Amino acid sequence: MMLVWLIVIPAAGGLISWMVERINPAWPKYAALAAMAVDLILAIVLACKPASSNAIAVPWIPQFGIAIIFSSDGLSRLLVLLTAFLGLMAVASAWTEIDDRTGFFYFNLLLALAGVTGVFLSLDLFLFYFFWEVMLIPMYLLIAIWGHENRVYASTKFFLFTQASGLLMFVAILALYFLHGKSSGHYTFDYRLLLGTTLSPTAALLLMSGFLLAFLVKLPAVPFHSWLPDAHTEAPTAGSLILAGLLLKTGAYGILRFVLPLFASAVHHFAPIAMTLGVVSILYGALQAFGQTDLKRMIAYTSVSHMGFVLLGAFAWNRLALYGVVMQLLCHGISTGALFILVGGLQQRLHTRDIDRLGGLWSAMPRLGGAMMLFAMASLGLPGLGNFIGEFLVLLGVFQVSPVLSVLASIGLITSCVYSVWIVQRTIQGKNPKGWKPPDLSARETSIMAAMIVLIVWLGLFPQPVFTAVRPSMEWLQQMSKPAISPHRISGPAVQSSMPPEAVRKETP
Amino acid sequence: MTLTSLFTIAPLICLGAAAVLVMLLTAVRRTYTGAAVLSLIGLAAAFATLPLMARASSHQFFLLMLNGYSAFYAGLLLLAAAACVLLSISYVRKYRHNREEFFILMLLATLGAIVLAASNHFATFFLGLELLTVSLYALIAYPHLHQGHIEAAIKYLVPASVSSAFLLFGMALIYSYSGHMEIERIGRDLPAVQLHAGYRWMIAGLSMMVVGIGFKLAVAPFHLWAPDVYQGAPAPVTAFVSTVSKGAVVALLLRLFTPGGIQTATPMFIVFTIIAAVSMIAGNLLALLQNNVKRILAYSSIAHLGYILVAFLAGGPRAIDSVTFYLITYFIANLGCFGVITVLSSPGKEMESIDDYRGLSRRNPWLAGVFAVMVLSLAGLPLTAGFIGKFTLALAGVGAGLWTLVIILVLTSTIGLYYYLRILAALFVGAPEPKDMRPAPSFSFPDGIVLAILTFLLFWLGVMPAPIIAMIQTMVR
Repeated sequence: MMLVWLIVIPAAGGLISWMVERINPAWPKYAALAAMAVDLILAIVLACKPASSNAIAVPWIPQFGIAIIFSSDGLSRLLVLLTAFLGLMAVASAWTEIDDRTGFFYFNLLLALAGVTGVFLSLDLFLFYFFWEVMLIPMYLLIAIWGHENRVYASTKFFLFTQASGLLMFVAILALYFLHGKSSGHYTFDYRLLLGTTLSPTAALLLMSGFLLAFLVKLPAVPFHSWLPDAHTEAPTAGSLILAGLLLKTGAYGILRFVLPLFASAVHHFAPIAMTLGVVSILYGALQAFGQTDLKRMIAYTSVSHMGFVLLGAFAWNRLALYGVVMQLLCHGISTGALFILVGGLQQRLHTRDIDRLGGLWSAMPRLGGAMMLFAMASLGLPGLGNFIGEFLVLLGVFQVSPVLSVLASIGLITSCVYSVWIVQRTIQGKNPKGWKPPDLSARETSIMAAMIVLIVWLGLFPQPVFTAVRPSMEWLQQMSKPAISPHRISGPAVQSSMPPEAVRKETP
Repeated sequence: MTLTSLFTIAPLICLGAAAVLVMLLTAVRRTYTGAAVLSLIGLAAAFATLPLMARASSHQFFLLMLNGYSAFYAGLLLLAAAACVLLSISYVRKYRHNREEFFILMLLATLGAIVLAASNHFATFFLGLELLTVSLYALIAYPHLHQGHIEAAIKYLVPASVSSAFLLFGMALIYSYSGHMEIERIGRDLPAVQLHAGYRWMIAGLSMMVVGIGFKLAVAPFHLWAPDVYQGAPAPVTAFVSTVSKGAVVALLLRLFTPGGIQTATPMFIVFTIIAAVSMIAGNLLALLQNNVKRILAYSSIAHLGYILVAFLAGGPRAIDSVTFYLITYFIANLGCFGVITVLSSPGKEMESIDDYRGLSRRNPWLAGVFAVMVLSLAGLPLTAGFIGKFTLALAGVGAGLWTLVIILVLTSTIGLYYYLRILAALFVGAPEPKDMRPAPSFSFPDGIVLAILTFLLFWLGVMPAPIIAMIQTMVR
């Protein structure tokens, strides 16, 4: 039942926020904050529970073999935890920024969060697609109503990209449903049953493309990324936070949960292409980030670069790389989310995001400067902060599959140093051409940053709980890759013989 | 014929009687409310007697087919007609001329639609079709003091007459080939009709019937009348044209091709495949160019009929289920959209430009909200009925292996999102011009009830579709 509450509480909280606006326009944010706080507590409780104790399966549309199946393994639990945490941060970050139609704003925000949570928990493909789509409309409205200058264009582009790719995935889901039904006589959307479907190589490749396209657009990988800079730039702060922190994660989650296990053999054939796309994303995103003058757009492009590591690691499909992917998902969510909150704070005070007009803000805003410095360092992969572990493990894992790609990808680490240091130098250090004297972070903003800093440092120093939590899921995922493995390409045994990093070796049983 | 067999057509008798009673009432004393209430009672009585029709012991009555299928569709048409009547009460009230006859025409058009849906013979088919169409001519032109409506009626009259001529000629050709006019028997013989010289008159006849049917459904390339008529007709009549009139033809089309199976009737399969593809593409692309909400909805319904044809082409029981379910969701969303337009419009002053809707969410959040969810349902987004509807269509299409059509469906419905999003953006994003800060349009009690019920149904079907699907499966198959 707990899994249902995790989805119902944000949705209901959103409705309540919307309703109480009629009584008092100041109330919606409190309602939203309370709902997300309860949600976070539930997510923490869930993360501490023993695995597989709380799956739910109820028929929904039995005529078509559709059921409401919620289940959570380590991966889902961590991502749900991230959702609840970033959701709380998003509500807090919008506290003073949004003053128009606040009730409707929080309704959309919380409905999007409910959709994301549903995506992470559903094990019925129809239900998964349902939630996949549920998060779109509120996200569209968040950008279109409360966004910046070019918001209608950006929101429409975001919507069309995700919807087009989503519909192709939907067709692939239906095809899988029929192929499974015809071979087994049992028509169902149940993921656990569909796992055993035997597919012809062509069918597997086509179906995989349908799924993968949706996830690559959402991730996003070059060349499907062009919606992202627009959407992230034009969205309000809370919207950017959710987009970067959570919506991109649903793409990665989809690859790990659906693409790899369902189409193992096709994935092996496709892996070189996908990994190349990953490397291209890493380098292209970084290059684009150099060229931006809009601070939000710049951070958006760094997301493309960082998510390239996720794509690369997922398709390398060995233990190190998969652990790296999970770390990267969590840490990118926190660090990029924090950067968006900081930029949002700057924009609220200075009404500009133009890098050329900023500079020398440290003396006026030491707290903001310090936080920005720290998250820029996290973003460049400084050891001691979470992102380092993620990117390093991915590179290590990829090296066993393809040294060339690994070397190319590590150029991304250098480029990320350049743009991260640039962000710091050109906004908070150097001269202050306009003579800005904005107020420093408020108590509310300081506590948001404090919570995020604690998490990113904790993940950087003690990542072990994360590895322990996802170990069963990742081991299972590796099992799936075994039967079709071609020893000369992706070396299963090499993973065991290689020297695992400290963090992985000390796994608790 | 016995008295008991008359009971089986009680719904038709109720509708006819109601029309006559309203006419008599109006002859004695013009009372607008009385006429409206009496028509609603007639519709309700017809709905209440539907079980008699569903349980008819001998399935054939004269030239009608009376069974669960026709009763289900008759019920659907009656409910949609009742919604149109309720919506038109406050709309027609604003018309300063004779108003009571509007309801007589509505009742007659509904009667025609039900006869059409239940017909089992070319005679009843044509009778129902003409009863429906002729009533619609008058309904479209009803507020005849305003020019635009007359223009729309003429634009409907001319192509409708031509298509009726095609239909009649087609029927004659089929009769000359088969020697009978029973729809079910023709349907059973269809698989034998292949691309072969021996069947040329049959194929020619069927093709001419397709022209007539295609006109009624407003599928491409027979759609040219639709945007003009949607735009020019009074809003509640537009709602009627886009739901009841099309639904009745869909019911007939399904029945004609079900016994033999559309997939085996090769020539017709090809024809309908082309029609479906062209409708989806043309409807969605042409809608992009419009700035008039009623025209956008016209093109969108061209596309939606194209979607319906995809499931129709899948054939078999699954096709009937999914077409019927989709039709319900289409009815709800269209009635909802035109319901909102009706509330905002009055005869001669239709609220139709997309700019008129800019910032509606600030002037009247409830109306804007209803309009938004109806549009979202047409776009096929989750939590609304349209999502499940589109799912059932795609399921039928993929199940029958109609890959090309399903891919076209998916891609064109993405294009379609663009114009739905334009409406949404207008409702929520734009701030209204100062001159547009009119007091919030108020809506009367019947409008409110209809919109509330439609919104409830929209979410109910979107979240809990299983009961309705079960009902469709038991009644319609």
